[in-house]
Amino acid sequence: MSSIERFANPTRFLKLQAAVQPWVWAITIALFAIGLYLGLVRSPTDYQQGETVRIMYVHVPAAWSALMVYSVMALASIVAIVFRHPLADVAARAAAPIGACFCFLSLATGSLWGKPMWGTWWVWDARLTSMFVLFLLYLGYMAVWQAIDDPRRAARVAAIVAIVGFINVPIVKFSVDWWYSLHQPASVFRMGGPTIHKDLLMPLLVMGLAYTFLFLALHLKSMRTEIGARRIRQAELAQTGAIR
Amino acid sequence: MTSAFMSILKRDLTLAFRQGGGIGTAIGFFLTVVVLLPLGLGPDQNLLSRIAPGALWIALLLSVLLSADKLWQADYDDGSLEVMALSDTPLEVTALAKASVHWLTSGLPLAIAAPLLGFLLNLDTALVLPLMTAMVTGSLALSLLASLGAAITVGLRQGGLLVSLLILPLYVPVMIFGVLSTSGFQTSIDNSGTSLLILAAIVLVALVVSPFASAAALRSYLR
Amino acid sequence: MEISGKGLACERGGRLVFTGLGFSATGGRMLVLRGPNGAGKTSLLRLIAGVAEPAAGALSFTGAGEDGEIAPHVHFVAHQDAIKLHLTVEENLAFWAGFLGGGDIGTALDALNLRALRSFQAQRLSAGQKRRLGLARLALAPRPVWLLDEPTVGLDTHSQGLLASLMTAHLEAGNILIASTHIDLPVPSTDVLDFAGVTS
Repeated sequence: MSSIERFANPTRFLKLQAAVQPWVWAITIALFAIGLYLGLVRSPTDYQQGETVRIMYVHVPAAWSALMVYSVMALASIVAIVFRHPLADVAARAAAPIGACFCFLSLATGSLWGKPMWGTWWVWDARLTSMFVLFLLYLGYMAVWQAIDDPRRAARVAAIVAIVGFINVPIVKFSVDWWYSLHQPASVFRMGGPTIHKDLLMPLLVMGLAYTFLFLALHLKSMRTEIGARRIRQAELAQTGAIR
Repeated sequence: MTSAFMSILKRDLTLAFRQGGGIGTAIGFFLTVVVLLPLGLGPDQNLLSRIAPGALWIALLLSVLLSADKLWQADYDDGSLEVMALSDTPLEVTALAKASVHWLTSGLPLAIAAPLLGFLLNLDTALVLPLMTAMVTGSLALSLLASLGAAITVGLRQGGLLVSLLILPLYVPVMIFGVLSTSGFQTSIDNSGTSLLILAAIVLVALVVSPFASAAALRSYLR
Repeated sequence: MEISGKGLACERGGRLVFTGLGFSATGGRMLVLRGPNGAGKTSLLRLIAGVAEPAAGALSFTGAGEDGEIAPHVHFVAHQDAIKLHLTVEENLAFWAGFLGGGDIGTALDALNLRALRSFQAQRLSAGQKRRLGLARLALAPRPVWLLDEPTVGLDTHSQGLLASLMTAHLEAGNILIASTHIDLPVPSTDVLDFAGVTS
């Protein structure tokens, strides 16, 4: 086995990860502290939505991150398929559960926000619908990793799923927007909008950055775990091979 | 390459008619959904007329999905797929042929049967032609995507559930533009022409993506 | 024409099947793979056919194709017969003839004594007859490399003889033949690759 060759890059990655990890955590915590302070304490309440508007500071960045993480996953999958880089598989696989959590968080907070504002937990709003489809794509991707035993085969099939899903995301977004604009009920209040006030935008951007760093921190850690798991498997493999 | 394509078409159509499973099951399931709907919703003619196009599309989608996960199974299990992979014919062409057979034995007959079953749902007669056009077009995309979903799960024992989970997000745009181009719902503007064109565009995207992705997935299972 | 491998390792289902395996098969001489179950005979045939990738080592194929691609030059008869039970014997062969790009169905029927069975659906055949139908693909389209995995399983003595003469004709034309088998087939000029010897 050319295991030394195969993990040459991961070894370098692990060194880098160990050095960077504490700093990423520190930045994440600092950004969350500032973002949450700005969002939950300093920013004004909305005259229409009251305190409920603050859910937005958790909700919107979560939705952004869910989309960003899926892009990272798809990009890593393309690299994995085209260049067969061992680290790319690891990166794609490690990103999925984090992205799924962000996606779920945005759906859950959207639902919590919708109850007082719309009077119902769930509305087939264009954004909610496309986020829901994104969540299904995450679940499908993770299910493929779960279902296939052989890790090399699982990596390849999962990469295909991620790339096809990535092509699908804009098509779904486009169709759901189109669909919703034709069926849109008049009474629904639309969240966000283009004319957002500076006092609301600032904490939103900080929170967006905080989520990005949170993803970075979790992703690095998760990749380390995944590499570890693969090395254990490799060691077991060598052993059973020798015993036979 | 053409002869390989035609060979698959001929063989699988013969098998579909001889085994009796494929077309009969799909149409039977289609009929079941359409008959159960009024029984569940009540016999209100206006309501049925309003939901008819959407209901027929849902029935079409479910019937196509029903036969989707078995698309590659037989060839994988009996070793034919391996022999097909070891030939001059690219697996992409084979994938395209298999998707064509699936369309000929599920999407196409269902699209033809849909107007007949539409009468059971009090479908507006003016919608019959748009419905058939949209279904014939849209079901092409459904079969291409079914081939992809089935290829992704071909080596798995419990593939059925996973196929549904993987295909559902891919079917969302087809469903939306299929129903819109049938123009069933009372929308403010008539978008049926544009929607049909977008539906055709989705078919073209599926036509490009599906054979390559299916072949790539199948190769990783053969290794 | 030659196929050779050096330092081959094969991983299957999270287990190393063999490591450091080398072999060479030349045109006109049959290479027989021998060894206990699980030694990796099927795995090696799959590596050579290109349906599996070696975990280490390299394969080389010289002779038939300028492209270096082995897949279109190979007949790989695995454990599964690659036949459709609801098609007749003739229809099965007609499909492979069409898919593999030509070939005389009559010759294939005669080569494995299937002519009397040609209008029967394959589901009515016995295991040995199905095996013969699977092997008939060899006589259908000429390909310079035959990889046969336990081709004699289920065959009676007469059918083994038919297979042996098919193999002999293939070898006499200077082609490559690699087969895993426990039975000594009456085929001239045979080399043996013993898996018990190379792996332990």
